Amino acid sequence: MLMERKYNLKEFIAFIAAGVLEDKKSVFVGTGFPIISSMLAQRTHAPDLLIIFEAGGLGPQIPELPVSVGESRTFHKAIAASSMHDVMSLAQAGYVDFGFLGAAQMDTYGNINTTVIGNYSLPKVRLPGSGGANDVGSFAQRLIITITNQTKRTFVNRLDFLTTPGYLNGPGSRERAGIPEGTGPYRVITQLGVYGFDEDTKRLKLISLHPGVSIADVKESSSFEIIIPDKVGTSPEPSDEYLRILREEIDPAGILLGK
Amino acid sequence: MEVLREGKGELLGWHDPDEARKWVLENKSRELKDKTISAKEAVSRFVRDGDFIASGGFGHIRVSMSIIYEIIRQRKRQLSMAGKTAVHDLDLLVGSGCVDKVEVAYSFGHELRGLSPASRRIVESGQCRVVAETSNAGYQWRWLAAMMGIPFIPSRNLLGTDTGDYSSCKVVTDPFSGKPINLIPASYPDVAFIHVHRCDSYGNAQIDGILVEDFELSRCARRLIITTEEIVDNELIRREPWKTNIPFFIVDAVVEVPFGSHPAEMPGMYYYDEEQIAEWLRISKTPEGTNEYLQKYVFSVDNFKDYLELCGGMKRLNYLKRREFLKEPMIAPWREVK
Repeated sequence: MLMERKYNLKEFIAFIAAGVLEDKKSVFVGTGFPIISSMLAQRTHAPDLLIIFEAGGLGPQIPELPVSVGESRTFHKAIAASSMHDVMSLAQAGYVDFGFLGAAQMDTYGNINTTVIGNYSLPKVRLPGSGGANDVGSFAQRLIITITNQTKRTFVNRLDFLTTPGYLNGPGSRERAGIPEGTGPYRVITQLGVYGFDEDTKRLKLISLHPGVSIADVKESSSFEIIIPDKVGTSPEPSDEYLRILREEIDPAGILLGK
Repeated sequence: MEVLREGKGELLGWHDPDEARKWVLENKSRELKDKTISAKEAVSRFVRDGDFIASGGFGHIRVSMSIIYEIIRQRKRQLSMAGKTAVHDLDLLVGSGCVDKVEVAYSFGHELRGLSPASRRIVESGQCRVVAETSNAGYQWRWLAAMMGIPFIPSRNLLGTDTGDYSSCKVVTDPFSGKPINLIPASYPDVAFIHVHRCDSYGNAQIDGILVEDFELSRCARRLIITTEEIVDNELIRREPWKTNIPFFIVDAVVEVPFGSHPAEMPGMYYYDEEQIAEWLRISKTPEGTNEYLQKYVFSVDNFKDYLELCGGMKRLNYLKRREFLKEPMIAPWREVK
């Protein structure tokens, strides 16, 4: 497990996820962690990252952590304050490079559940549902998923409810369902490591382990078998400057990252 | 056309397009007339028990709170509600027993603030039923089809998922590309309420900032109540007609309610009242607490002005104005609640 270092786990996940985002690309951002990582990327290696919010914020320079993906901070100094129909249409037409979502439960194909835990008609926990997640998961060219607590209960064999499409049942199944070609999950970031998807099987595959994490840790924290390649990297650690931006500029109240 | 897959969700608010046209012709006047009334009158005239209702804005942003409180005060019952990123509005309406049926895109949560104790408790006990699932674009495009006067909109979301299977959509083969395509059915709410920055007495309204779904929602709702921060002269609307987001002839009532989005945000004017939201999240963990909150902030006051006084009056509102413009630090009192 990740040892106590000069940063906490949440800061680390935010940093790693930010690193996946590329400059001069567009990202469709969901609530929570995705906002923090997109803000961090925009303030460091990706100043021209085009951030897109579902409710209509296009290309903002986000001044402080928005609590909602529809509030005024999501179109602060933006290039446009538009509408959901506009944003969703742009996404469906191919203008979104990255989608970025948090999840409660995921399976080996990167399918996500944010609807119910337990039986659908009498749920143990009723979660908020898709929101814009199904749309982001269907339309974004490359989907990034953050799960802050990878366990056997969050990395599951069978989802209680398939809210948002990953690779559904495997290669070709998105296209067969009618979802835009070439789209799908790209990276999954948890507190243990960074994952991608195997090209042939579209199943989850380890890319790098966070410092102090072992392959055994990763395996123990999943109900399904994760593909472990011969070469596994180590995730980079954040510099002091990245941590300063996270703590002082993005989340000084410690709302998501803690104190 | 062969149906490849069919969602089992209840089809809320659907009408045959000819029936919808007929309703518009018979019920929506093109007469330029003064529509200003009180929130109390607007709700008693346009919201009926059993209606399918939709609230404008997004989550805690630009919400017509005076209408929400008035629906609770008038004890409307068996309402169905569009859970189109419905947050505090839906939580209160489910918590107070007004809404017992929801089609969910996003409901029972408060984004970063966590899940909603009241509506979650009620939906998990089965007292409020989720009758269909969809996504945000899914809901948005239900309004779009309805405002266009057509029965459905084809789309490429919701496919291959349980969200689609529990929706009211149908999947068919697109006759042009030969690929599967999702058909999202039109939806016409019986009544919608939208809070705006300014509006004239006829109903010509301007919204500053993002429109979210309100361009489409205003045009597809059968009855539309506009609540506005201020009523302005028609001359001001005509001076800059490109700023009109909602034209008068789709509007049924205009209600002037300064700070009418509180405790939700009004972009460019005032920020969320986090203390107020935290109080609700804290107290609504039990049915008794939920009733206590409703008694204090809804039933014991007669109008929105008195409610605002109860929440701290101008001192509090001035603080929220400064918060909107980043002149006060961020607070998150609901963190302890979670």
